[in-house]
Amino acid sequence: MSDALLSLNGIHTHIGPYHILQGVDLEVPRGGVTVLLGRNGAGKTTTLRTIMGLWQASQGTIRFDGAAIQKETTPAIAQREIAFVPEDMGIFSDLTVHENMLLAARGGAIDEERLGWIFGLFPPLKTFWQSAAGNLSGGQKQMLAVARAIIEPRKLILIDEPTKGLAPAIINAMIAALKELKELKEMQTTILLVEQNFSMARAVGDTVAVMDDGRIVYSGDMAELAADTGLQERLMGLSLEAHQ
Amino acid sequence: MSNSLIKPRIERPSLSQIIEAKAPLFLVPVLMLIGLLAIGSGSTWLTLTAAGLAMGMMIFIMASGLTVIFGLMDVINFGHGAFISLGAFAGFTILGLLGGWIESPSIALNLGAVLLAVAFAMLVTGLAGYGFERLIVKPVYGQHLKQILVTMGGLVVTQQLIYVIWGPDEIVLARPAAFQGSFVVLGAAIEKYRVLAIVIGLALFVAMRLVLNRTRIGLLVRAGVQNGEMVEALGYPIKKLFLAVFMVGCALAGLGGVMWGMYQETISAHMGAEVMISVFIVVIIGGLGSIEGCFIGAMLVGLLTNYTGFLIPKLALVSTILLMGAVLMWRPQGLYPVVKAH
Amino acid sequence: MIVKLLSGDRPRSKMLSAVLLLILFGLLFAPFLFPGTRSLDTAARICIFIVLVASYDLLLGYTGVVSFAHTMFFGIGAYGTAIALVNMGASYSAIALGTVCGALVAGAFAFMIALFSLRVKAIFFAMMTLAVASAFLVLVSQLSGFTGGEDGLSYRIPREMTPAFKLVKEKVLGVRLNGKLITYYVVFFSSLCLFLVLLRMVNSPFGRVLQAIRENAFRAEAIGYKVVRYRSVATILSAVMAALAGSLMALWLRYTGPATTLSMDIMVDILLMVVIGGMGSMYGAVIGAVLFLLTQSYLQNLLGLLQESLGSLPIVSEVVSPERWLLWLGMLFICSIYWFPKGIVGRLRGT
Repeated sequence: MSDALLSLNGIHTHIGPYHILQGVDLEVPRGGVTVLLGRNGAGKTTTLRTIMGLWQASQGTIRFDGAAIQKETTPAIAQREIAFVPEDMGIFSDLTVHENMLLAARGGAIDEERLGWIFGLFPPLKTFWQSAAGNLSGGQKQMLAVARAIIEPRKLILIDEPTKGLAPAIINAMIAALKELKELKEMQTTILLVEQNFSMARAVGDTVAVMDDGRIVYSGDMAELAADTGLQERLMGLSLEAHQ
Repeated sequence: MSNSLIKPRIERPSLSQIIEAKAPLFLVPVLMLIGLLAIGSGSTWLTLTAAGLAMGMMIFIMASGLTVIFGLMDVINFGHGAFISLGAFAGFTILGLLGGWIESPSIALNLGAVLLAVAFAMLVTGLAGYGFERLIVKPVYGQHLKQILVTMGGLVVTQQLIYVIWGPDEIVLARPAAFQGSFVVLGAAIEKYRVLAIVIGLALFVAMRLVLNRTRIGLLVRAGVQNGEMVEALGYPIKKLFLAVFMVGCALAGLGGVMWGMYQETISAHMGAEVMISVFIVVIIGGLGSIEGCFIGAMLVGLLTNYTGFLIPKLALVSTILLMGAVLMWRPQGLYPVVKAH
Repeated sequence: MIVKLLSGDRPRSKMLSAVLLLILFGLLFAPFLFPGTRSLDTAARICIFIVLVASYDLLLGYTGVVSFAHTMFFGIGAYGTAIALVNMGASYSAIALGTVCGALVAGAFAFMIALFSLRVKAIFFAMMTLAVASAFLVLVSQLSGFTGGEDGLSYRIPREMTPAFKLVKEKVLGVRLNGKLITYYVVFFSSLCLFLVLLRMVNSPFGRVLQAIRENAFRAEAIGYKVVRYRSVATILSAVMAALAGSLMALWLRYTGPATTLSMDIMVDILLMVVIGGMGSMYGAVIGAVLFLLTQSYLQNLLGLLQESLGSLPIVSEVVSPERWLLWLGMLFICSIYWFPKGIVGRLRGT
């Protein structure tokens, strides 16, 4: 794929004494949703954090939109129009929902039209606009985390397990939101989504990569993987069943 | 989308939870009341209360920088006291040069001298803070043990440099004429300078709250205290922000140093390290990283020191330690624990 | 035999062994090698500070806990002995009782502090101990009826330990064999024993658990060690050792006051000695204490000479003024933390 927005080549990441990523090669094509699958501890979260510069890669290159970014600081990477929704959601709990969104809008002001669209996707955010974000429920916090990532146009959004620990109804809302986000083609947003929930992955993913033991062990179209149960079993084994 | 299931819902705090959350606000009036009962005489109490509030305000000015620095970057600067001394010396240098303004009966000239001294002290300590952060603090981010040791080393070196520049002796200087002496309110003698200290401290507290709650920088600081990593991931260079906050914190220590120096009318290279004891007690009582807690803690320590200083002079400092113990038994993280995201 | 005395903790470097042997013999024969009151005083202080600094290293270097209350424990030991000697007269039983009581009180204080604040962050513990130790200092300075206040306590010790007592009439090797000499050897051998006990502690299974906790408290807890309990015991042992060193100080000086035992300046000195000598090694305490106290006594002369030769330059001559020796040690301290965190011992061992 020559038109990759983001590509990782031979990325190694060490955390303390542990060698977590052992040569990750990953291509994220422009537009659409790429899903990163894999069991717990495979290195998915570390991959996202390495892209954001929150962990430093000890080896390899990361190219984004034509530039090598593996040596850049986290703020510099974020300023290249990359948004990050971490696993713990990274909500500022003492700040109000409004203030959380205000920080996410780097321009300093929130685009009212876009905010209206977000309120349509996640109604609770409108209701609790002036409440402390720490008082939101887990699902509402997740909505806020995603909303922060889309309040301004971004080229790439990294989302780490948005369905973790959420009730099925909220997962469905999340899927609907991501699908709608995807359909806004004029936004030219690319999403890299870490997921363990295969039904979510299948519902929103266009391409897919599967990780195991710090490497990418499979990558291809989501449709292919979804059709081939044998391949699914081989790649993800028990971890998949546990989530279905 | 099944809206019924994700209906907006938020837990309403119960009355007892509200009281529990607001309880620290009542501590200052309660302490004042206990003081009044223990002292008995209304006018003595009023004098002591004014003294206590003035002392509390000055400690708050010095402690506020320390607590915000900690909240933002998890850094405790054990060398903070050096900036208190440095500020006092820098300010006194200006006051010494403006001897004519200080002795003049004109309030405008008096105030002008004080303002110039304060401005110079804050400039010097702010710049020194820049050097201190780059040379001493930055190389040991995230390593608490080294941080404590190295900032302590910074304290020693800075104290020695003060000796090199200003000599080893204490400097004695009278306050500007307008702030000497006291006036009588309801039969109680109130020192004029204490009123000035209270006014400056209150103004600073209000200004800090406004900056923190109404400006974008303040928003970033508050967010950074909770989750610095996420602030970076949103595209803001938090290290620069931290450097700026560190410099402001040091400048505030300098301001506190000049004010404390004018209060005592004597300054020495060790004065900062001595005041730091109360400063540490205040930030522990308030909850590390919390400005509101710091403010309340400073008032409590100031008042208690003056009340016990009158009732049982020998136990003034020990009483604040006991207060700290009592607060920690009630709230192990201080009055207003700062919730960290990780 | 020697290895056993050292609890198997060899210096592991020829240079270090040579330096340590030099120090040992230097101190053992100090009264004969360096005659004069001032040098004997320096030698005795070195012995006492080696124990004080080593006991602090048990906490800082081996357990990874920063405390600023170490001089408080040192002072409690000194005041224990001093108060007993003042109130019971110059007797050996007063010394024994004062020493034991001092050590017990120090242990009890350490236990209370540990109970209160060891569960929380290192920073918290450091601030807390700083506040408590300062309050203690102020309290001692003010309770003058009991402690002598700012002036401290002067007292007499048993006659056999004073210069007035002559062992033999003639000088031996040019040195008078008097009670002062006896006191010096009491200090020397007590310090040596205490040091060997500390060495035994850190090389015991207990010491190894402490180091495991320092490296990774979370993992140590997961393996099943009660981290808080181990830290508390280390704090108490370190306090007791400091108190014993304090008792030796009280005996040697025949005077105990806030400035010689409790002041924050001494606390900073201890920190400098531990870090410059080498954290996490008992031998670091030896090297640090010797270097620091020699510098304190003799670097000033050197700087004085330097200042005379630079006399004309205003600021430069202030910087090398004899009173500014602490400036140089402070900078050395900061550099040690950055570039050689294992101190001089680490350098000598080539790690």
